Amino acid sequence: MQVEQMRLDGNAAGGMLRELFARDVTAALATCGGCGKVGPVGALLEYGHGMGVVLRCPSCDTVMVRLVHAPGWLRLDVSGTSVLAIPDTISVS
Amino acid sequence: MTAAIPGESNATRGIPEVSQPIAAPAAPRLEWRVATVIEVREETQRARTLVLNVPEWPGHRAGQHVDVRLVAEDGYQAQRSYSIGSAPEEKTIALTVERLEDGEVSPYLIDVLRPGDGLELRGPIGGYFVWDVAQRGPLLLVAGGSGIVPLMAMVRHHMLADDKTRARVPVRLLYSARRWDDVIYRDELARVAERPEVEVSFTLTRDAPSDWVGYRRRIDRAMLQDVCWPAAETPRAYVCGPTPLVESVATLLVEAGYDPMRIRTERFGPTGS
Repeated sequence: MQVEQMRLDGNAAGGMLRELFARDVTAALATCGGCGKVGPVGALLEYGHGMGVVLRCPSCDTVMVRLVHAPGWLRLDVSGTSVLAIPDTISVS
Repeated sequence: MTAAIPGESNATRGIPEVSQPIAAPAAPRLEWRVATVIEVREETQRARTLVLNVPEWPGHRAGQHVDVRLVAEDGYQAQRSYSIGSAPEEKTIALTVERLEDGEVSPYLIDVLRPGDGLELRGPIGGYFVWDVAQRGPLLLVAGGSGIVPLMAMVRHHMLADDKTRARVPVRLLYSARRWDDVIYRDELARVAERPEVEVSFTLTRDAPSDWVGYRRRIDRAMLQDVCWPAAETPRAYVCGPTPLVESVATLLVEAGYDPMRIRTERFGPTGS
């Protein structure tokens, strides 16, 4: 059952991304593999569903990140992201 | 710098005392914890604030959120993100939740949870939609509906700064709600607006009281021109609300000359709202 079909943004995916990354990546700059636009992960469009999350480019709708919980696996597909630049600042988050 | 483990001798653990490579430290692992509800406050007919005590809470930054997880007896899980509305200076955290009638999580948080109950959460989360009073001003906050919650953490953080710091960071808040009864934190915002360095404006998009002197329409270019800091003052802007509001406000701010890198957004809401 998924009655709240939510479209949020990369901010909301921060918790799930922290299962993978040691640092917060919502402030990281991601380059879209489709149109080349550079922007913060927090500002990507999120399409959440029961098993994971899809982040799309706000400019061209390319799927930049797919993060899926499958039984026994956490599967990350970043083929739509050409560069992920994570700021080197100390983050308390 | 040496690696020291509190309460244990490194020698007995066989860990050599060597210099550590200096890199940005990894944030502490994000663990699920069980918070305890201390207080439930009614904010509006549809919104409640849960004040929570979180064991070993590491502190948060204004604008961050937590993930909340509910697990049914059959193992079915539902997880949602809720913004923290309390200031970083407070020891407890406050989440303000608005009821979505067909929601899986919000009705439970609003109707069922009582003081003393436990709630599973992890956080704080987020390094993008965050603000600190040390970043200087001026600051523009634009909220739609319950999008006020993370912005309220910023307002409260600002209120707790010393006079000198606060004077350097003037704040303007524009808050769009459907009707006056839906405005969250009404009384507190009225008190905040008495401060010379804070201006609060409201717009009511559906119903307004007959004596209402504020705006009565959706946020548009003319309203932003009235309320916003001029772009020449290099303001920072935080916009939080339903996706259509956030997209339209962010676009209008860029058109008004705001630096896109100084506009931070957080969206929520059902698809197509």
